[in-house]
Amino acid sequence: MQYLVLIYDSEKLYGDMPKAQLEKIYEEYGHFTQSIIKSGHFRAGSQLQPVSSATTVREKNGKVVTVDGPFAETKEQLGGYYLIECKDLDEALSIAKRIPSVRTGSVEVRPLVPPSNAASSSPR
Amino acid sequence: MNVGELYKRDYGRILASLIRLVGDFDLAEESLHEAFAIALAEWPSSGPPRNPASWLISTARFKAIDQLRRRAMGAGKRAELPEPIAPAEEEPVPLDSLRLIFTCCHPALSPEAQMALTLRTVCGLTTEEIARAFLVPVPTLAQRLVRAKGKIKIAKIPYEVPSDDSLAERLDTALGVIYLVFNEGYSASFGPDLLRAQLCDEAIQLGRMVLGLLPAEREVRGLLALMLLHDARRATRTDEHGAIVLLEDQDRSRWDQAKIQEGASLVERALSGGPPGKYAVQAAIAALHAQARSAKETDWPQIAALYCVLASIEPTPIVELNRAVAIAMADGIEQGLALLAKIHLPGYHLLPAARADLLRRAGRRAESAAAYREALDLVTNEAERRFLEQRLAEVSPLRR
Repeated sequence: MQYLVLIYDSEKLYGDMPKAQLEKIYEEYGHFTQSIIKSGHFRAGSQLQPVSSATTVREKNGKVVTVDGPFAETKEQLGGYYLIECKDLDEALSIAKRIPSVRTGSVEVRPLVPPSNAASSSPR
Repeated sequence: MNVGELYKRDYGRILASLIRLVGDFDLAEESLHEAFAIALAEWPSSGPPRNPASWLISTARFKAIDQLRRRAMGAGKRAELPEPIAPAEEEPVPLDSLRLIFTCCHPALSPEAQMALTLRTVCGLTTEEIARAFLVPVPTLAQRLVRAKGKIKIAKIPYEVPSDDSLAERLDTALGVIYLVFNEGYSASFGPDLLRAQLCDEAIQLGRMVLGLLPAEREVRGLLALMLLHDARRATRTDEHGAIVLLEDQDRSRWDQAKIQEGASLVERALSGGPPGKYAVQAAIAALHAQARSAKETDWPQIAALYCVLASIEPTPIVELNRAVAIAMADGIEQGLALLAKIHLPGYHLLPAARADLLRRAGRRAESAAAYREALDLVTNEAERRFLEQRLAEVSPLRR
């Protein structure tokens, strides 16, 4: 069972952070990533560029328009993700709780639709 | 025992085992209802089987297998017939009931969904009954249940008793759900609505069940004690017109002494062997109230001390409010009023109501009336409104 772990944090908070503290957090992230690679849960993951680099595409009045910015302006921004393989939600949550950003932001855990069901399950 | 009694007593534990066997909430529920329907039709003439619970499990299990086969055929997946389901045990397994409770009370579900799902699956209440008890429309509640079961399946919330490292946190959530169910019944069981009162009985039943399954957990004992001690006074909390009767004015001869004794002995054990938990402390407070022979003989200094302990475990404004009232009764109204003045609880009617009551006791009628009016602006419960209006009339100067 795969879960996408979405990390939301305040870009401003990180922007204002002293360099030493920021480096410490990156180091923690490094350790965390290594630990889930070692335990076999890691499938993929990355930090994202800031939302100022985001572009959103959506249909408006029958025409596809491209607009600058993220899908929604929020206090916390999607800053990175992990794709992990776990036996159930409890295992995924126990991993999510170890992510450094839990202390400053929020971490959302979303199950992926298994490949065999993807066709029959319609998006909302 | 007839089928109805069996349903009432064993529905939850039979379903709990069935869910593990078939691995699907909905399928287990449907099949169990089919099995109960067969029992209703056959047992009156053929007589009940020797072991009704295991008969129901194995009948429902066969119904589930049939259903899975039909689904597989319908989908044209002949090659993918479901794997044979694990053979049924002789008896419902107690551990399954615990699995079911922890799954229904999983923190990944909303508290409303946790309560509804627990009452539906563990207690066997119908969707209509739960909707009426929570005063929400049936479709709203039905959807809450569908969504919760959907999340269990899609996010793969495990059907397991949590491991030791998360048991404490998860047990806390489960006990919280049980206490919420109790309070739903207790706080609103005014008047003739027996269904809401039934929530109190269901919560106590759940507490007994969890204690039976986790006898070493002291907070489970504390919670059960707390519910029993409150429940012992249930019948005296309102008069025959549905008006509120305060603790000090309740007819103590009508309190349920069996429940008080059971609660008090549970409290003793919940308090021993380490620092007490929040339920044990609240139960100890309730025990002191319940065991006082008259309102005057209430041991307020001890109650105030217990509220101080509670405030250190759970530092919330509501606990502070109760502590202030206990200190007012133990050490003097002025000390209590000074503490109340520091509490910030915007929009909560019981804060001005408590102040009004202390001012009334101190004979400061004009200030008391003003505080009652403040409370009346915030109160929503009709019985509480009538009570506050009556008190306001008592402290208001007579009109010429």
